[in-house]
Order: sequence, then C-alpha cells, then structure tokens
Amino acid sequence: MSTGLPVLPEQQLAKLLASYSRDVARRRRNSLVGLVVVAALILVAGRFAEVELGNLVHHLSGLTSYFGRIMPHLHLATLTGDVADWYWGFGGWLKLLFDTILIAYVATLTGTIGAGLLCCLAAENLASSRWLRWIIKRLFEFCRTVPDLVFALLFVSAFGLGPLAGILAIGIHTFGTLGKMFTEAVESIDMNPVEGVRSAGAGFAAAVRYAVLPQILPNLASYTLLRYEINVRASSIVGFVGAGGIGQELFVAIRKFYYTDVSAILLMIIVAVSITDVLTERVRHRLSPVEHVG
Amino acid sequence: MSGRQGMLVGDPAAVLARHQALIARSCERRLAEIGGPVAIVGLLIFSIWWLDISFAQILPGIGELGKFAMLMIPPSTGGHLPLFLRAMGETLAIAFLGTLSAAVVAVPLALLAAQNTTPHWAVRFVVRRLLDVIRGIDTLIWALVFVGVVGLGPFAGVLAIAVSDTGGLGKLFSEAIEATRARERETIVASGGTHWMGLRFGLLPQVLPIIAGQILYFFESNTRSATIIGIVGAGGIGLQLSEQIRTYDFDQVAFIVLMILAAVATIDFVSGKLRFAIIGRRQTPN
Repeated sequence: MSTGLPVLPEQQLAKLLASYSRDVARRRRNSLVGLVVVAALILVAGRFAEVELGNLVHHLSGLTSYFGRIMPHLHLATLTGDVADWYWGFGGWLKLLFDTILIAYVATLTGTIGAGLLCCLAAENLASSRWLRWIIKRLFEFCRTVPDLVFALLFVSAFGLGPLAGILAIGIHTFGTLGKMFTEAVESIDMNPVEGVRSAGAGFAAAVRYAVLPQILPNLASYTLLRYEINVRASSIVGFVGAGGIGQELFVAIRKFYYTDVSAILLMIIVAVSITDVLTERVRHRLSPVEHVG
Repeated sequence: MSGRQGMLVGDPAAVLARHQALIARSCERRLAEIGGPVAIVGLLIFSIWWLDISFAQILPGIGELGKFAMLMIPPSTGGHLPLFLRAMGETLAIAFLGTLSAAVVAVPLALLAAQNTTPHWAVRFVVRRLLDVIRGIDTLIWALVFVGVVGLGPFAGVLAIAVSDTGGLGKLFSEAIEATRARERETIVASGGTHWMGLRFGLLPQVLPIIAGQILYFFESNTRSATIIGIVGAGGIGLQLSEQIRTYDFDQVAFIVLMILAAVATIDFVSGKLRFAIIGRRQTPN
C-alpha cells in the first residue's frame, strides 16, 4: 500500500466488508425471492390463460401479414383513385364518427350534471348526513367499477339497439368517475368562504353556489374535459355491442375480414381522437396553469 | 346601514367611477356566463335531434331495466360457480400476464423514446409516434384483432392487453426516464463504467420505484379491462357475462357483477398496499 491513501486497519476493514457483503447478500436474496414469486405467478397465470407460445410463434406470420393486409393498396400513379377506393364508405363513416363524438358529448354532459349535483352531498366537509354520504359514495363506486361495456350490453337489451344505450352506459360511468373526483375537489376547498357565506344567512344551495363553486370550477371543467377525451374513445367502441357510433362498423369490418376497411376506420378514429385530445388539452391549459397528472 | 355608510370613503358615485373597469369586465363575463350554457344546451338539443333519441324510448326502457333489476334479486350462481370462478381466474391471469409482458416490452422502447437515453432524435420521433398510435387504439379493438389472428380464447386477451399497454407504459416510462438526474450516470461513466453500467447503476435505481408503481397501477386498471374483453371472445369472465345477459339470466349477471366488484376491490387493495410499500421504502432520501 504505497498509494498514501488512508487505509483502515485490517480488522475494521474486514468488519465493514463483512457487513457490506451481508447487505448485498440480503438484497440479492430478496430480489431472488421476488423473482421466484413472479415466475411462479407467471406459470400459474400462463396455465389459466392458456398461453401457448408455440401457438403465438405459429401465428406470428399471421399477425404480421394481418397488418400487411389491412394496409391500403396505394400506388403513386393512381393515388386519388386508390384513396377513393380505400375510403369508399367515407360519407357514411363520417356520419357515424360524428354520431360517436355526439354520443360522447351527451354522455359527458349528463354524467357531469349528475356528478355535480351529488358531489356536494357526498363531500365530508359540506354534507351533514353520514348515511347519505355513504350511500352516494357507494353509488359512485358502483357506477365506475362496473365497466361501461357491461352497462351498454344491459341497456341494449332494455332500450334496444342505438345510441341511447351507449349514451346511458358512458354517462353512468362518467357519473361514477367524475363524482369521485368532484367530491375530492370539494373536500379540498378552503372552508373560510363557506363559513362567511353561511354566517351571512345563506342556505346550503347558496353556500354551494357562492362559496364552493367558484373555488372548484376550474378543476371541475378540467376534469370534465379530460373525461370527454376518454369518452370519445369509449363511444367509438360501444358500437361493438350495438350501442351506436362507429364501433359497429369497425366490429363488422374486423369480424368479416374487410381488411382495408379496418385500417380506414381505425385511421379515422385515431385522427378524431387526436384532434379531440389537442383541442381539449388547449382549453384545459387555458383553464388552469397547473399541470394535471394523467 | 348608516353606520356602514359612514365607513365608505367618498360617495357611491365616485366609488362606481373608480371601479368602472372592474364592472365593465364583469359585463363581458356575464355575457360569457350566459352564452356558454346556452351553447352547451343548444349542442345538447342538436345532439338529441341528430342521434334521433326519442323520449318515448326511455320510459319503456326504464320499465325493462326495472324488470331486469327485479330478476337480479337474489343473485345466484345457477350452478355454474366452478365455471365462473375459473373464468374469473382466467381474467386475473390475462391482466397479470398482459401487464407483465407490456412492461417487459415497454422498457427498451422507453429507453429509445426518452430524450436523455435515445441514440438518435429520429429514433425517438419514430418510437414516440408508434407508441401514440398503439395507445390511440382501444384494448377492445386489439382484442378483436387478436381473436382474428390467434383464435378465440384468453391468449388473444393477453396479447391485446400486452400490446395496448405497451403504448401507455412506454410513454409513462420514457417520461420517468426523462425526469431522472443525469449526474449519477455521468459519475459512473466518468469513473470508467460503460454506457450500460451507467444505465444499470445510474438510471435504473432512480426509475425503478416509479416504474413499479405504474405497473401495479396498470395491473389494477387491466383487471377492469380484462373483465370486458371476453365480450368479443378474448377469454375471461366477460364471455360468461355477455352470455348471461343475452340469455336474460339476470340473477347470474348480478352474481358475476358482484364477483367482478369483489375481485377489483381486492386487487385495488393489495396493489395499493404493494405500491405504497415499494414507493415508501425506496423514496426515502439517502
């Protein structure tokens, strides 16, 4: 040791090294146990889900050729004709896409109104009745945990095929999710304005209108717009079970292997969803400078 | 009143004049406050007209729903309990395997898509757009596609969730990677470590808790998605559920819905605990 670096006495060094390797060994052991648990879960889950890698390998060429086949046949020489061929049903699809966006709109609006009306009764800092609060919170929970497609299936049976079933299904889901978020927003407000308005003689409704609403309105609007983005996606697939919108057409195209139709409709959905995202994001940023997660 | 008036500085007219700007702006805002709701309601009426929704449809529908609800009580297994339990297990397995494979694929993609680890900006651009497109297509559409490719059954569901989550997880992972400090990696490379060592010892410890949390979160939400992909034939409880709805066996529908609620609540609880344990343990400042 001629480096001149201060070297710890042999004994102390050994002790430190032993403690270090013990530490490393413990962490290795923990990681190993974790890995074994995950591997065991994979095996069990693989059996349940009938995963057959051979099957995947066997169909892998089918998968790649599937994406090859849904691609439109476009040639530069006959581009306009090819595009017209690809989008042969453009008018009808556009109408269905418009339907889809309107379904999302009506569903978001109804869900938001319901959630907005009930959220103040579910918030701990405003509502006095514990029972009412409990019931409303469970109602929100139920509405957001049952998948919207399940509601759609039920409503198609009850109301018949068409957009009404989709609107109600997505609306109920929106009601559940927004109800929870609105309640949390109400629970995080500053209570001083509420006390001020109440002490001036305001009732419950007036207190909500003049003391609660101004505090949460930007948040509410932002959540609602975010939900609208999600609902546009949802309403493009409720058609799978016959609840209106472009989903029906896509379902038929995929099921009946109308390959180029699949890509044409998918592209339209993706474009519509992206445009909605960009527009609502712009509005959301104007509403509140704070960046929202998710 | 007279006491309060005494507190006013100057006469009301002067006060009004001084705050003219405020009042004028509030007029403008009032217009927006009236115009906004009018536009919203107008669009609503237009939508109802365009979508051809008649209120005559609603009342009988609600009557039907009431009938369904009556049929749901009491929930019953209809003697299919083992079948339902197996389907539920299948659903959980689909969610688990799908999320896990998505995470495995998403990590390298995220490394390519993150600004501070990408080999080239063009690669980053392409990967990001790819992730966007994958994310833009709903899980259910992927499920339908994979049913066409690998046939009916839960395997199609696993693939659907794996692919559609690769988009979401890849984006979130790349954002987590972009939020890391560069100093750790620089230190390791400066003291003679390779690029890969920099990633392993400088980057990974910073992003691991975040990534683990997100994976668990996706697992929770995938338990929900996995319950419905069965509707298009991709395995799991959704198949049973849609069958029972189609055959109007609403007592069994109610039972399956309760089962889904219980399973989702359990998964939420467990994964919430796990997530807290991971983040709580690793995020202590050292």
